[in-house]
Amino acid sequence: MLLSLLLAVAIAALRLRDLFAVVMLFGIYSLLTALFFMDLDAVDVAFTEAAVGAGVSTILLLAALRLVGRYEKPHRHNPLLPLVVVCATGAALIYGLSDAPRFGDANAPAQTHVAPRYLSEGPAETGLPNVVTAVLASYRGFDTLGETVVVFTAGLAVLLLLGMSSPSPIPDFGSEDDQRMQRHAAKGLIPFILLYALYVQFHGDFGAGGGFQAGVIFAAGLVLYDLVLGHLHTRQVIQDGLLIRLGALGVLIYGCVGLYSLLSGQPYLDYSALAKDPVHGQHLGILLVELGVGLTVFSIITLIYYAFSARRVKA
Amino acid sequence: MIDTLTGLFNYWVAVILMMTGLYVVVAQNNLVKKLVGLGLFQASIFIFYISIGKVAGGAPPIIEPGVELYSNPLPHVLILTAIVVGVATTAVGLSLVVRISESYGSVEENDINQADRLAELETGDDQA
Amino acid sequence: MTWQQHLPALAIILPLLSAPLCMLIGLRRVAWLIGVATNLGGLLISVGLLQQVAGGNVISYELGGWAPPLGIELRVDLLNAFVLLIVSALAFWVFVYARRSVDAEIDSDKQTGFYAGLLLVYAGLAGITLTGDAFNAFVFLEISALSSYAVISMGRDRRALTAAFQYLVMGTIGATFILIGVGFLYMMTGTLNMVDLAQRLPAVSETSTVQAGFAFLSVGIALKLAMFPLHLWLPNAYAFAPSVVSVFLAATATKVAVYLLLRVIFSVFGVEFTFAQMHLEYLLLPLAIIAVISASLVAVFQTNLKRMLAYSSVAQIGYMLMGIGIASAMGVTATLLHLFNHALMKGALFMALGAVVLRVGSVQLHQLAGLGHFMPWTLGAFVVGALSLIGIPLTAGFVSKWYLVSAALDAGWWWLVVVIAIGSLLAVVYVWRVIEVVWFQPPNAALAGKTEAPWSLLLPTWGLALANIYFGVDTSLTTGTAEAAVGALFGVTP
Repeated sequence: MLLSLLLAVAIAALRLRDLFAVVMLFGIYSLLTALFFMDLDAVDVAFTEAAVGAGVSTILLLAALRLVGRYEKPHRHNPLLPLVVVCATGAALIYGLSDAPRFGDANAPAQTHVAPRYLSEGPAETGLPNVVTAVLASYRGFDTLGETVVVFTAGLAVLLLLGMSSPSPIPDFGSEDDQRMQRHAAKGLIPFILLYALYVQFHGDFGAGGGFQAGVIFAAGLVLYDLVLGHLHTRQVIQDGLLIRLGALGVLIYGCVGLYSLLSGQPYLDYSALAKDPVHGQHLGILLVELGVGLTVFSIITLIYYAFSARRVKA
Repeated sequence: MIDTLTGLFNYWVAVILMMTGLYVVVAQNNLVKKLVGLGLFQASIFIFYISIGKVAGGAPPIIEPGVELYSNPLPHVLILTAIVVGVATTAVGLSLVVRISESYGSVEENDINQADRLAELETGDDQA
Repeated sequence: MTWQQHLPALAIILPLLSAPLCMLIGLRRVAWLIGVATNLGGLLISVGLLQQVAGGNVISYELGGWAPPLGIELRVDLLNAFVLLIVSALAFWVFVYARRSVDAEIDSDKQTGFYAGLLLVYAGLAGITLTGDAFNAFVFLEISALSSYAVISMGRDRRALTAAFQYLVMGTIGATFILIGVGFLYMMTGTLNMVDLAQRLPAVSETSTVQAGFAFLSVGIALKLAMFPLHLWLPNAYAFAPSVVSVFLAATATKVAVYLLLRVIFSVFGVEFTFAQMHLEYLLLPLAIIAVISASLVAVFQTNLKRMLAYSSVAQIGYMLMGIGIASAMGVTATLLHLFNHALMKGALFMALGAVVLRVGSVQLHQLAGLGHFMPWTLGAFVVGALSLIGIPLTAGFVSKWYLVSAALDAGWWWLVVVIAIGSLLAVVYVWRVIEVVWFQPPNAALAGKTEAPWSLLLPTWGLALANIYFGVDTSLTTGTAEAAVGALFGVTP
């Protein structure tokens, strides 16, 4: 049923010309996907999909829509070539699945080769019960470093493309009187949001959570502040130029933890070099790199949001 | 046949979703909609990957006393990375769309291509 | 562990971390210096790595201290050490060249970010080249891709924006296809490590899943290397990007994609599966031939010189794919040689054009009439690069074409030689067009008073141009390494 809903949403998004509705449907699609992930035991992924997919992507799309226009122009296009491409790809995919292990099979190669080792030794070797965090931050920590760099690169790209400064004064929405209720509500909520973000950051070792989710939630708090209290206030809290530097700092924190290992004679990113007891070292290393991740994610998402919201709408 | 259908239902729906997303990317004219399609396409891949890791009767891979069977954590890790890469791509794509909109006055692909062709005719591109 | 043992990791981390360092400091001249220093380090590291694997041994570096397939490993053998040498040498050379060109084409407040972006492209490419893990390759592919979109979009012409967007859409589809392919392989083997995959795939190679995985991986990589007909993003991206970006991408990005294809075909799936079972050559050869002929033809009619060179690149990639399609040791050696030589020739050609942009502000052929009188040295370097492109004896281009022709003849496909000959003839045509206008037509009035390019651009350009001649005469380094690398590839077939 969830899957059928997803299908319905996808097809609706395809047909509609009101892009605002399309973006909303995309947000719903992400949320449904997150629910689906919960059903499939992927709690960390559900968390991230909800925060990043439904949260950040939707906000960015809406911010872009404000600048480029809400409606799609009607266009008679020839659907033949796209249909051929899509059908060929779909056929290849379905063909590929015909020999695949059945869904949920506990004896599939994927479940019997590397994964059992993560599950059985992970907590012992890294000190964390959340195996996903253990794999993400330690066993496959290099991938996560790359991922953090991807976030930084996106921030860099947006900075290069959209810049940060606005040629004319940014409209300050927050000072209107009829916004008073929102302002008070937001002022009450924001501290809890930020606190929750910190909780997610540090609790990710034991439950769902971690640097990415925490960074997004923290940024969400700041976005709420900006939406309700106005640009001028927010930019007093965090200046534009600071954000890319914070993003850079996050990557460097992550990278330097690895360098410490290297300088201690161990392979890059081997956290057991960080403390006398290897498990202790693993735990410390994971904590530090997750901090780096959280810092970069928070600052880059805020930066991207700033860049979009500061852009003047062309007359 | 029935076994194949029920055993692979998850994957097949993921495939249909992938194709819908891909169709939007390739066939639609509006650049923002293309990016939405790209996002749909990628989200379906995530469903596909996570489905690979599901173990029937398993629990989320957070080790708790008393739980014997867990789902596979590796696809989760991969998809966490992929989600972040996806949103990064969306952000960069949207920045490009905003700049294109300001520069061309439109975000419809055929308008933009037409404007480019006209510009090329003016500067004398094409004929040697 | 000694510091020499850490070279594989350092090769990637150095540029990866220097990019955020540039942004942290925020000064454009310092960023340029950081870039030059980092890439010099990268070049020295790659030379060191090549020396370490020269005897045929393979370096395995366990990141995080976890042995594969549990953790991610970097795996260096002759093949990727050779490719890394090409990429790092060009990266360093481009940075040395970059300062004046960037000053002319990019706003000063964006230059720091631009240099950081270039470093990230290089870091991504280095990561793809050295990694031994399939998913890790995807992550680094995206690092280099995203930063490429960013730096391409900084060209002065507004078409740089649409070119970057088109590249983004096609590139992301390609990357997602690669992800699908890796997913299929993971489903059937449970591992992401390339060596482990190579060991486990033969047992399941008859399944449709593995075949589909192979197909999706190949198509995804084909998009990234601009194989016809998936090359549509390349001409505009190279044409409208800033000159420095055109030089760098033309010389390195598609090469790394070709490397990835070689790695997937030979080290992961194996010759048996790829050619005897899946018959990839039935796809590669026809498309390569079409690429060579059609792209060269289109190049003849281009008035934008950068676009002309871009189409020429599509044709050159066709030659590289031909070498793979022939599926013999000599064919793949030809591909590797052409990887090296094409970097040299296109590097020199695009650098020369960058100098033209600096002085004249345009690369439209009809505006450059008689420019040879004002910028003889710049255009002289262009001619040298062009001779290598055509494949005149004594240039590097001749060496790789010679190997390709020999491989084709060895395999009994003499008609391939005809195609190569036609391609070279077409190259002569589009090169002669340029020479004729630039040297033999009366100077365009608007060009009066234009001076030769500054030393900081001219010297690196001529450095590359002369390298074309050096490696055309003394082929020992290139052919020796290439042949040894290919020997190892074919010997490692599971």
